[in-house]
Amino acid sequence: MLKYVIKRVFMVVPVMIGVSIIVFALMRVFSPDPAPIVLGQHATIEKIEAWREVNGLNEPVITQYFNYLSGALKGDLGTSYYTKTPVTEEIFARFPATIELAIAAIIFASIVGIGLGVIAAVKKNSIFDAAGSLFALVGVSIPIFWLGILFIMFFSGFLHWFPSGGRIDVLLKPVEVTGFYMVDAIIEGNWTAFGNALEHLVLPALALGMYSMAIITRMTRSSMLETLSQDYIRTARAKGIAETKVIGKHALRPSLIPVTTVIGLQFGSLLGGALLTESVFSWPGIGKFTVDCILKSDFPVVQGIVLLVAVIFVTINLVADLAYASLDPRIKYSSKKER
Amino acid sequence: MSEWNQSSVDEVPMRGSESQKADETFAMGIALPDGEIPVYEHDETLHDKPENQWLEMWRSLRANRAALVSLVFITALVVIAVIGPYITPYNPIETEMSNALKPPSAEHWFGTDQLGMDIFSRVIAGTRVSLTVGLLAVSIALTTGIILGAIAGYAGGWVDTVIMRLMDMMLAVPSILLAITLMAALGKGIDKAVIAIGLVSIPEYARIVRGNILSIKENDYIAAAHVVGLSDARIIFRHVLPNALSVIIVRATLGISSAILDTAALGFLGLGVQPPQPEWGDMLGRARGFIFQAPHTLLYPGMAITATVLAFNLLGDGLRDALDPRARIK
Amino acid sequence: MTTPDTGMSGGPMAIDVTRTPSRCDGRPVILDVRDLSTEFVMKRGTVRAVRDVSFTVREGEVLAIVGESGSGKSVAALSAMRLLQAPGRVAAGEVVYRGKDLLKLPAREMRDVRGNHISMIFQEPMTSLNPVFTIEDQLTESIRTHLKLDKKAAAERAIEMLRLVGIPSPEKRVKDYPHQMSGGMRQRVMTAMALSCDPDVLIADEPTTALDVTIQAQILALLAELREKIGMAVILITHDLGVVAETADRVVVMYCGQVVEEACAEDLFEQPLHPYTLGLLESIPGMDETESDEPLYMIRGMVPNPLNLPTGCAFAPRCDYRTEQCVREMPPLVERADGRKLRCFVDVTEVRQ
Repeated sequence: MLKYVIKRVFMVVPVMIGVSIIVFALMRVFSPDPAPIVLGQHATIEKIEAWREVNGLNEPVITQYFNYLSGALKGDLGTSYYTKTPVTEEIFARFPATIELAIAAIIFASIVGIGLGVIAAVKKNSIFDAAGSLFALVGVSIPIFWLGILFIMFFSGFLHWFPSGGRIDVLLKPVEVTGFYMVDAIIEGNWTAFGNALEHLVLPALALGMYSMAIITRMTRSSMLETLSQDYIRTARAKGIAETKVIGKHALRPSLIPVTTVIGLQFGSLLGGALLTESVFSWPGIGKFTVDCILKSDFPVVQGIVLLVAVIFVTINLVADLAYASLDPRIKYSSKKER
Repeated sequence: MSEWNQSSVDEVPMRGSESQKADETFAMGIALPDGEIPVYEHDETLHDKPENQWLEMWRSLRANRAALVSLVFITALVVIAVIGPYITPYNPIETEMSNALKPPSAEHWFGTDQLGMDIFSRVIAGTRVSLTVGLLAVSIALTTGIILGAIAGYAGGWVDTVIMRLMDMMLAVPSILLAITLMAALGKGIDKAVIAIGLVSIPEYARIVRGNILSIKENDYIAAAHVVGLSDARIIFRHVLPNALSVIIVRATLGISSAILDTAALGFLGLGVQPPQPEWGDMLGRARGFIFQAPHTLLYPGMAITATVLAFNLLGDGLRDALDPRARIK
Repeated sequence: MTTPDTGMSGGPMAIDVTRTPSRCDGRPVILDVRDLSTEFVMKRGTVRAVRDVSFTVREGEVLAIVGESGSGKSVAALSAMRLLQAPGRVAAGEVVYRGKDLLKLPAREMRDVRGNHISMIFQEPMTSLNPVFTIEDQLTESIRTHLKLDKKAAAERAIEMLRLVGIPSPEKRVKDYPHQMSGGMRQRVMTAMALSCDPDVLIADEPTTALDVTIQAQILALLAELREKIGMAVILITHDLGVVAETADRVVVMYCGQVVEEACAEDLFEQPLHPYTLGLLESIPGMDETESDEPLYMIRGMVPNPLNLPTGCAFAPRCDYRTEQCVREMPPLVERADGRKLRCFVDVTEVRQ
């Protein structure tokens, strides 16, 4: 087990180095010069030169990359062109918001997706199946930013059930410990703040999770149908155990094996989707920040974010893989798995 | 389709030498598989003539009402994309500030936007952008992906490793984040959006093609092609790709829908088409501030995106079912 | 469990288990299948996989149901157990067990019959066990459900059962997952599972088909041994007449979803009456005394399309003895004076002279 994990972790290293090279090249070689954007159109040549010197942009690109890499290994991802704050600080100030949103979204997507998928498969060709399939189809077809807009129109504007944006009412903001407001509110024992944070979280989490929910529904349904046609389901029924046990144990467990992989992949793509959802709901997370930084060419921050997201993405997939292996006794850790 | 129809009951073909075979038939069963749903699967061997496969696919697709409706809808969209700009009731890029944010009416079916432009005209005119970007992006991804995947799968060894590691790196970043990072480097604009969206979906196709080639490569008839001295490129194009084609077509159809979604997303973020050119995502992005004041500005462009994406998804699903005999039975 | 033989050493131990003609009848009927019909409704038509099939199972006997794949023998068994999957459905008939029609039982009561009073072993040992649960988990499930044992007692019973079916070091193997076992071992596990609640009737659906020959013999010997020990009735579904000759007391021959002949095993092998049975027997190497240098007999032609069965006798197109009447009319299943049942217009014994 440990050997397998170590091996997988080592497979991640070249991928991460590759990602850093690609992103670095995109930002420093192919992008237009950020200086005029950062300093303004009317900056003097001397000023620009001085700025380039300070930010190390006058060195050969290779040297720049190795400086960046050695810094990154020490946890230094450079400083923002604008705020002069270390990139890591900028990122970690906003990161918990995004993770909180993504976790809420994936929980919603997994629970509802697996539930709908199982019902659709068990009641195949029934109205439930048709409704579930239609729901899933719309879920993958609707742009998440538009879904967010519709949610705001309906649930905030029309029904006034939920706030239309933000993470929490300013006055209720708990003392930051973890950066996850809901957790922080619990730590503080402030249930009003907890409820308020939850209210703010509902719409963006639903909007963000909808696509993943649809994918998980489809995957669960097809996986479950596959399992239900297996001989061992017939064996289970022949044993005379309750049908709920046949479905909930014998059919569900093997069906969930491929679904775990999908959930892992979906969590990664939620971090991408957060770019859009956060913009719609003014969610002060990393996604909205990324878009802002790209628009104003704050490249060190963008590089840092892309690298961090890649690390998370790869780690989640590794975790999903391990979960996969633990669910399926047939998989031996020593065997090399195609990824 | 089934063996049943082909074998006449009165055939008396048995001779002594065939007794062995007949005995096996008895043992293994040529008839209804016991205890299973009696399905007479279409013999989906690789030796199927392509003509039959396409005909079969078309028949099955025609039976799928949702897919057929989508196909009709997509055809209509293509027509609108071509003639759209000539039939719009108003000039889609003409502003009329005095007439801004008007709700839908007889003159302006979908109302007007914050600059007084006719939303109906803009939605119609925006079809061209979405479809073009979708098709072009998929073409880029498809061609590059097929070539890279074919090389990786067929060559194997270090070539395979290098290509697939590169694909892994691209897959390590969520595609929309990668696309906007590319946009940051390339600059704003629809042409850049096409390239960005195309590039980020290369790995999917490369993986499919590589996977197919790896599994097909081991087949006897490929070995046979080698024996008769066909060149590698010829083998790939004549024998391997046609077999992977069905999977690729399905993937590409679904790929168009995600390309359209990505285009809209980039537009929404203000990175795609630059105003005043009409594009659905961009329309949504710019009207966002008027969500409570003039919700109609946000309704119709979103519906256009959803309907288009839905149609391509339904068509893709229909094609997949049509091409997969197992799904057909289900 | 402290007394390993509990529940397995009841009255049936006293029964003479050697095969004698008297075993063929006279005992009380335990399972009575009457006019069972099963259909598969599909887009391209309805397949009548089982057509008016009737047979009885007597206490402690081995009833063999013989036929080619597709003859409906497995479907009949699955129908009786109500284990058919859509689009299959029972169209008519009764399956009477202890005075109750199983086909009409509420689902809950039916579950109490399954695995408890009537249990089943399936054809595919490789796929019939759930790959993600241990043998113990899967074995104890029916024990806990039907015998109401607690977890520990059920686990002990599971080990006992594994020992009974001849699995070495069962205490260790019980923690294995199915993929860690060979096909023969898995079929033993399946057998242990089926027998774990002392059923009255065991339905063994081609239990050895998927196994290689030496393992086949072992499993069959095991089944015979266990039947003697436990005293249950066995319905042995098979296409292999060799297996039938070795183990069965009574034989039902099926063709195209119908019973075409039913007889005591000895009578059937001595004097087959239906041309299909005759063909089956003659196509087995070494079964027919007249063989020697003649080429092995073959039933010519193919099983007809189940969507499009002949109007007359289903076997007529392949039959060497067919008459005009056979093609026109469906022969009824007639019980003869000697108690044998036959579905044929022709007296094969006469024609063969």
